[in-house]
Amino acid sequence: MTSRIAWIAFNTFREAVRERVLYNLVFFALLMVSSALLFGGISIGVERLFLINLGLTAISLFGVLIAIFLGIGLVFKEIEKRTLYTMLSRPVRRWEFIVGKFFGLAGTLVVNTFFMAVGFYAALFYLGRTLTAADASLLVAIYFIVLQLLMVTALALLFSTFSSPVLSAVFAFALFIAGSFAEDLRAFAALSEVGSTRWLASAAAYLVPNFSALNVISSVAHGQAVGGALILNNTLYALFYAAAAVFAAILVFEHRNLK
Amino acid sequence: MAAIEISGLEKTYSVGFWRKREVPALRPLHLSVEEGEVFGYLGANGAGKTTTLKLLMGITFPTGGSARILGLDYRDPQVRAQIGFLPEQPYFYDHLTAGELLEYYAQLSGVPAAERKRRVPQMLERVGLPHVGSLPLRKFSKGMMQRVGIAQAVLHDPKVVFLDEPMSGLDPIGRREVRDLMQGLKDEGKTIFFSTHILSDAESLCDRVAVLHRGELRCVEKVGELITAKHDRMEVLWQGDAAPSQDLAALGAECRTTGDQVRAVVPEAKLDAALELLRNHRARLISVTPVRTTLEDYFLERLAGAADPKEVKP
Repeated sequence: MTSRIAWIAFNTFREAVRERVLYNLVFFALLMVSSALLFGGISIGVERLFLINLGLTAISLFGVLIAIFLGIGLVFKEIEKRTLYTMLSRPVRRWEFIVGKFFGLAGTLVVNTFFMAVGFYAALFYLGRTLTAADASLLVAIYFIVLQLLMVTALALLFSTFSSPVLSAVFAFALFIAGSFAEDLRAFAALSEVGSTRWLASAAAYLVPNFSALNVISSVAHGQAVGGALILNNTLYALFYAAAAVFAAILVFEHRNLK
Repeated sequence: MAAIEISGLEKTYSVGFWRKREVPALRPLHLSVEEGEVFGYLGANGAGKTTTLKLLMGITFPTGGSARILGLDYRDPQVRAQIGFLPEQPYFYDHLTAGELLEYYAQLSGVPAAERKRRVPQMLERVGLPHVGSLPLRKFSKGMMQRVGIAQAVLHDPKVVFLDEPMSGLDPIGRREVRDLMQGLKDEGKTIFFSTHILSDAESLCDRVAVLHRGELRCVEKVGELITAKHDRMEVLWQGDAAPSQDLAALGAECRTTGDQVRAVVPEAKLDAALELLRNHRARLISVTPVRTTLEDYFLERLAGAADPKEVKP
């Protein structure tokens, strides 16, 4: 069972690599090099702040785009191209396929984020000619980005089990944007005086993935430390949310008649 | 023990958006295939052949009925390790090479590492693709893809092999090679269940055939009995003058001229009279052979009177 999931995950990772997904790293590297050179040149004292904001936002954005664009095709493409036929005729259970696919894409994103993080730190080093202990706190923001990517991957995978890639992309992007404003949605619910509005806003706020809690880019850029409790809460929240979405994907896929 | 035992397996699709209506793709099917048998599953396009295979492979779910393969429920993972499947017009992960694909499928089928190392190149050799090396599958021709399909279906040494239109779209050489491969599997004692609408292939390979029409099983027969059943007509072939044709028509013969040759199908009882006529016209006789009942005759006879099949696609 475990080995089958691992093989499926490995094949998904290999497919992503061969489809030249990691080429985005080249764009990221170019962005970091040009930013470091540019900010180093103007040197008005806030170059480090700019670079951290730009670098971390780029890591998040590149990752989310890959998670959505690969995630929405994870199951759909296999059904459409009928590669699933030869897969399901083997001793592979449907849930193993879904879990393997999830880990394959998650692995791709982790590797991708790792290399982007290396590039980001290299740019920081170039700018300041040194790395300080405070720079290590930026890793927390990168870790939260990885958690966010796990949630996006699970959601894209869920949509991929029942919807076309275009619709899945729309759903995933809509949820990503809504989730990025989850805290605002909760604040709105708290301020609402009409009962039904408050109830609906609260329900929506708790249903959409809370990506705003995972966004600490601004805080770490200004040198503010991220507390251990927040790290633990965010970890548990993201893992639970991703697991729930993968579980929902399994439920849908287990009962789906393939074409 | 029957290798495949199908009991009342059926599939109905709901079509339409607002006003759903039920369209039966496969009516309750009862069928049994013995171990070591090569079983042909015949039918026109849309007859329900692929639907049956998809049900047995767990790709779609039946509306009713059940099936057992090698004595176990067809959904049992243990069964999946014992069967091989070639889908119609197969398509595989095109970022992989043929070797990588076979390695991957062998891993999923639980073939141990040492065995995989031995079997993968052996299987590529067997299907005539020993030198494809690092060529990705996206660059493979249709015939090459079909060979890879057969290789992946038998790679893990399954006891029962399901092939959906294995000769579809292949050129004559490719068809011959696939037929030889299937003959090889038959010689190894594997049970083969294959769907086709190319009747000559079924005739040359199958022990028994079933005819499916509009989702309904029409009959199951032994091929040997079908094609040697009756020789009540003779085919006479001669060269030269077509003039005897009119006289032969009076004897109940059907004549057809191709180039300088004439072919006449004569009732066996009138053969002597027909040959006498040809002698009188000094025709150059080429051959006299009994007309065999072919699988095609049988197939068309079984479907005679039936309305044109409507294709049922999910």
